[in-house]
Amino acid sequence: MSNNSTVNRRDFIRYSGLSGVALVLGFSSAHGASKIENLSALVGQSFNLSPYVIIEKSGKITLINNKPEMGQGTQQSITALIAEELELGPDQYVIKQSGGQKKHGNAQFAGGSFSVRNSYDEMRKVGASAKEMLLSAAAKAWNCSITDCYADRAKVYHRPSGKSLPYSDLVETASTLEVPKSPSLKNPKDFKIIGKEVKRQDIPTKVNGTAVFGIDAVLPNMVYASVERSPVFGAALVKVDKSATEKITGVLQVVEIERDLGAYKYPGIAVVATNYWSALKGRKALNVTWDYRGNNKFNSKDYNQSLRDLAKTEGVVQHSNGDFDKVFAESKDQVESLYETPIISHSPMEAMNCTAHWKENNTLEIWASTQVPSWVIGDLTNRFGLKEDDINLNVCFNGGGFGRRLATDFIVEAVNLSKAIKKPVKLVWTREDDTQLGPFRPPTFSAMKGTVMDGKIDTFQHKVISPTIVPLQDKSKVDTTMVEGISEQKYEIPNMKNMYVYSDVHIPFGYWRSVTSSTLAFAHECFIDELAAKAGKDPMEFRLGMLNKPTDTKRVMEKLKEVSNWSKPLPKGKGRGVAQYEFFAGLAGQVVEVSSINNAIKIDKVYVVVDLGVVVNPDTVKAQMEGAVAMGITAAIKNGITFAGGKAEQSNFHDNPVIRINEMPAVEIHILTQEGGRMKGVGEPGLPPLAPALANAIFAATGKRLRKLPLEIDFV
Amino acid sequence: MAKYSLNINGKITQVEAEADTPLLWVIRDLVGLKGTKFGCGMGLCGACTVHLDGMAIRSCQTPISTVKASSKIVTIEGVASLNKVVQEAWIEEQVPQCGYCQSGQIMSAVALLKENPNPTDEQIEQYMSGNICRCGTYNRIRKAIHRAAKTASINKSSKSTSKS
Repeated sequence: MSNNSTVNRRDFIRYSGLSGVALVLGFSSAHGASKIENLSALVGQSFNLSPYVIIEKSGKITLINNKPEMGQGTQQSITALIAEELELGPDQYVIKQSGGQKKHGNAQFAGGSFSVRNSYDEMRKVGASAKEMLLSAAAKAWNCSITDCYADRAKVYHRPSGKSLPYSDLVETASTLEVPKSPSLKNPKDFKIIGKEVKRQDIPTKVNGTAVFGIDAVLPNMVYASVERSPVFGAALVKVDKSATEKITGVLQVVEIERDLGAYKYPGIAVVATNYWSALKGRKALNVTWDYRGNNKFNSKDYNQSLRDLAKTEGVVQHSNGDFDKVFAESKDQVESLYETPIISHSPMEAMNCTAHWKENNTLEIWASTQVPSWVIGDLTNRFGLKEDDINLNVCFNGGGFGRRLATDFIVEAVNLSKAIKKPVKLVWTREDDTQLGPFRPPTFSAMKGTVMDGKIDTFQHKVISPTIVPLQDKSKVDTTMVEGISEQKYEIPNMKNMYVYSDVHIPFGYWRSVTSSTLAFAHECFIDELAAKAGKDPMEFRLGMLNKPTDTKRVMEKLKEVSNWSKPLPKGKGRGVAQYEFFAGLAGQVVEVSSINNAIKIDKVYVVVDLGVVVNPDTVKAQMEGAVAMGITAAIKNGITFAGGKAEQSNFHDNPVIRINEMPAVEIHILTQEGGRMKGVGEPGLPPLAPALANAIFAATGKRLRKLPLEIDFV
Repeated sequence: MAKYSLNINGKITQVEAEADTPLLWVIRDLVGLKGTKFGCGMGLCGACTVHLDGMAIRSCQTPISTVKASSKIVTIEGVASLNKVVQEAWIEEQVPQCGYCQSGQIMSAVALLKENPNPTDEQIEQYMSGNICRCGTYNRIRKAIHRAAKTASINKSSKSTSKS
């Protein structure tokens, strides 16, 4: 990486790989902020910089999206940041997905609701720099002042005369100019794309079958594979009888292959065939002997009881203010509750798969749906001693991610298999593999304690009992991921002491959309409701009464109260519940309205208020909120994954259901923005409030307090 | 292995496959039309929905040996010849998120509108409940089907007006 921040004329280059001269502009986020990096290294093959804008003499304009597209709309939103400043219409450029090499930045991943907010300033500067250079080139051509020039829809205009030149005619001159160090950015009032409901460029390809997902990759002479793994985690492979498998038409070979999930490594037997159906049939015909090493005794009933037992232990202090122990002990009206949440699967519609070709010259071609191109390249270069340029990673549309595709296990597995069989191979998981083999969302149990005084919370304790996503080495420490947000809510509570208790278990867990906030918010915001009831207060007024400082949370709750018509009573048999949660990804609040009909609950409507600071595409944000509500409902009311005999008891959508169209309520979404407000994420904040708002609504409608997920809404 | 002749999107294709191979894998990997998706392999999610002689079927549950050479198969790649307004409505309402299930959703929606050109919310929910969308685009799917129904009826009435 060049340390030279002064950029010279060689930075815009004659790039022979494209059709003639191209203006190629990039930057590196490696050194933070907005430094424009020296681009001369683009000449030749030592690409160590990050081109995001390619304007060719032919008129073709390419913008690079370096955040994987998994449905959240980054292809539109990320490139919109460049296009806005560069004065391109959404129809005037093609989008190319980056493939993990450092030249496109070190943060090529989609997770943590970071994509747009972390790109907002930098990508706009990329676009603004390119525009300024094209304006300078035009001023040179017309021998006029740059202030007489302006850009619009890929052309530069001469204001006094009205004449114009397309960007393509200016590229050659522009490529000889210096990159502006601090290009001026547009006034948000003049935005044409940012903040507007612009249609996504990927959608037309997703309605006619042409969008390419990982599973759609085809390599010449490719073979197919399916892998048999132990249904019990932590088993050892004793022996494989493959005689029946080898008789199946189409089966080519049977290969032992390891699945590497970081902390855990699992043995597997890959059946390789000329077509996927033969691979599946061959896999079914395998006769495998596993040594379960006692892990077949694991079951959910006993495990959940172990979490309840752990709830009685002291744990490690995560946060303390005031004097919780003393004030709580002295109170006569103590409230205590235990909340429980299950293990659940991600279940993206596209099951895990990867097409890999380890070539004879020790280079690698990969086609995959992944959320983490940067990590894939990092992992593979370390693991196999390859150089970055030896790996051609084609990042395809992700058929859903939700955190499952943050793990690289399925990619490494395919690469290892291709290396072993010396052929290009497409390895596809079945839905059963996807459902049963994790990594899962970890369960969290929450032991809550609290008291109220003068209509407000006086003491509050949230003790989390859970396993971890990364096995905890030092048990005297708190795993910060597992206590996400419990001490960050803006309620003004004088005495609070939050705790963590670790549960050691061999099941693999992973990051699930909104991580532990989706389970912790359930306990946290339901218990706030319990304390409101104890204080005899309306749940909304109770919360607002503890939000006196001018915080984003206060604005969200006030807006929610207004748009949900909170003060207007509902007819008998109906109820509404409220919840909010602020965590690393952002902040949203929801009001859920339900009807109670013959002891069954129907979810009528969900009101969402999401606080963003700045919004790039309001329609994409609404779509993400609708999606978060749908996923939140599934997580709140469907059974999740349970274990018996060491195995997941569920296998496919019949016994691990997700909500269907007839279960989807109306959703009304309000986006809060604020000039100069802190940008927050979009993908995840819509999830955590759903379960508690729903449980609180059920309490309002029926008087029954449900403290365990899934909520059994068919029989309350 | 046996040889089969298939009519897919109006084109006759010869393939060679085991008799029990699901139509899904034949369409995807032998014919090379990748728009039809594998979701569950059990007929539970609808991602693999195609039309067989005008009926929406789950191709993952349809062995190739049960498909007659005279049968007409339509996939997402050929659906525009049956009904373009559904795809247009899908774009207008910005339905897809990840998009993986949407081929199946559209194939089901086209079959629904053929049977019932102006479905109610309840009829949409009943017909479309075999198609899972994990991203949660259900409300937009409902809106897009209503939009397509309305557009089709306007197109029809303007056609009949211009004839008269």
